[in-house]
Amino acid sequence: MWSLLKIELFKVFKRPRTYIAFIAVWAIVSLIQLAIYVDGPKYMDFVLRDVKDSFDVIGNPLNGYFVCFVILQTLLIHVPLLVALVSADMIAGEANMGTLRLLISKPVSRTKLLMSKFLASAIYAIILLIWIAILGLFLSMAIFGTDGLMNAKSYEIIILNGNDIFWRYLCAFGFAALALITVSSLGFFFSIFAENSLGPIVATMSVIIVFTILTTLDIPLFQNVKDFFFTSHMIGWKGFFEMKVDADGYAIPGTIRNLPAVLRSAGILLLHIIVFTGSAIYIFNRKDVLS
Amino acid sequence: MTLLHKKRNQLKIVSVMLVLTSFFLLLTSFRKELTADELLKKVKAKMDKVNDYVATGKMKTDVVFIKAPIANIKSYYKKPNRFAIKRDGGVSLLPKGGVSVNVSSLLLTEDYTAIDAGKTTLGTTAVRIIKLLPLSEKSDVVLTTMYVDEANLLIRKASTTTKENGTFDMEMQFGKYAEWGLPDKVLFSFNTKDYKLPKGITLEYDDGSKKPELPKNKKGKVEITYSSYVINKGVSDAMLK
Repeated sequence: MWSLLKIELFKVFKRPRTYIAFIAVWAIVSLIQLAIYVDGPKYMDFVLRDVKDSFDVIGNPLNGYFVCFVILQTLLIHVPLLVALVSADMIAGEANMGTLRLLISKPVSRTKLLMSKFLASAIYAIILLIWIAILGLFLSMAIFGTDGLMNAKSYEIIILNGNDIFWRYLCAFGFAALALITVSSLGFFFSIFAENSLGPIVATMSVIIVFTILTTLDIPLFQNVKDFFFTSHMIGWKGFFEMKVDADGYAIPGTIRNLPAVLRSAGILLLHIIVFTGSAIYIFNRKDVLS
Repeated sequence: MTLLHKKRNQLKIVSVMLVLTSFFLLLTSFRKELTADELLKKVKAKMDKVNDYVATGKMKTDVVFIKAPIANIKSYYKKPNRFAIKRDGGVSLLPKGGVSVNVSSLLLTEDYTAIDAGKTTLGTTAVRIIKLLPLSEKSDVVLTTMYVDEANLLIRKASTTTKENGTFDMEMQFGKYAEWGLPDKVLFSFNTKDYKLPKGITLEYDDGSKKPELPKNKKGKVEITYSSYVINKGVSDAMLK
């Protein structure tokens, strides 16, 4: 299995398209950092537009933690599209090159073969996320410094202490890994049905775009069903940046407001991974491979 | 002789009466109530003993749409009107014109008319009510009402109405640092506006919990409890940035 995985990882990282995502992430992160470095106060004014006339901000709200929050908010909608570029190509790419039939004729079970391919795409997603963490979190901390974090929601502002944030980011990145692997498993699932990678890549992107739009639309019809969209749970990492409040309404550092809900979202994503990957293996084991 | 004695006695009585009357007049002149201006001048003179201070304390923010933990803060003050609050390891939202107004800055200018508005009690403390009307039409402050503890020369409460930032109240409790006119606890109350951001911008995670019904027009409060002051030991400009 380990040998198979190494071969698949070699294949993934040998393809130039794999590095498109890393370059794209670097470009987006750099642009966001540059924008906040140059025009950060204006962005903050926009976020605090309802309170800036009545409140003064003390401390340094435009710090590395805030920049990383903005980057994650922006990237974790778009990075799934980049992950799909690789995962949706795992089987369809082989079929397109005419190597799939040859591959399954080897004395390795189809299940092992597919698992190694899925794990390779999952590892790729995790490495991409680590790249985001290096650029988005650590580089931002180095450039902008650290301080408390203002998490502006639609109806409230949550203020986190500077020493109460880093562990939340570790949890958030762990959760984001689960979200990206879900996308990876979806792309992988579509990949077994196609003879070239374009179809599954577009199909995966379409599902993510449609579900994300439906998740963000504040229309009651979609609000009732959005719990069924996995994209609604992909933003569960934000749950780590909310705190419980005591009886007097003061936030309690070191707590997560609704941990069961975050764990439920993580469970739903895990279920999606199992269903997509399991279905892909089940269908592929019964598939007549002709290419 | 008898007539002379009588006259002497009369003179004695008159002189005793004169002494008593002048003593009484002297006493009453000492007991004469200070005018509003005189009282404020005395309060200001007491506060003027403080050239600068660094105060350490804890700040609680009670605003319906702000969820913030209790913060460790440091307040820096330097004569005549430089004041800054810094939070240890964090950011805070503070009401404009509220917390940044410290006790000394209330009496910073003499560009006002002080009107005596009677007496009342705050808790068990007897206080004088003094209304300050700014003379400058450009002043953001429309009216300040002060509740001054005449016996201890302390401002126990101040209510300020501004043109731009509504009305904010400042209540002070004194303890260890009363002799300097510095409070142990300051409670600011102020008007808050509604806060709302579109969900499309915040890309909110819906954890399934019901959104709390936030009361409208509830007054916001910021409570600062100072544990210690370092007075007249110098405050650098860097500290006040």
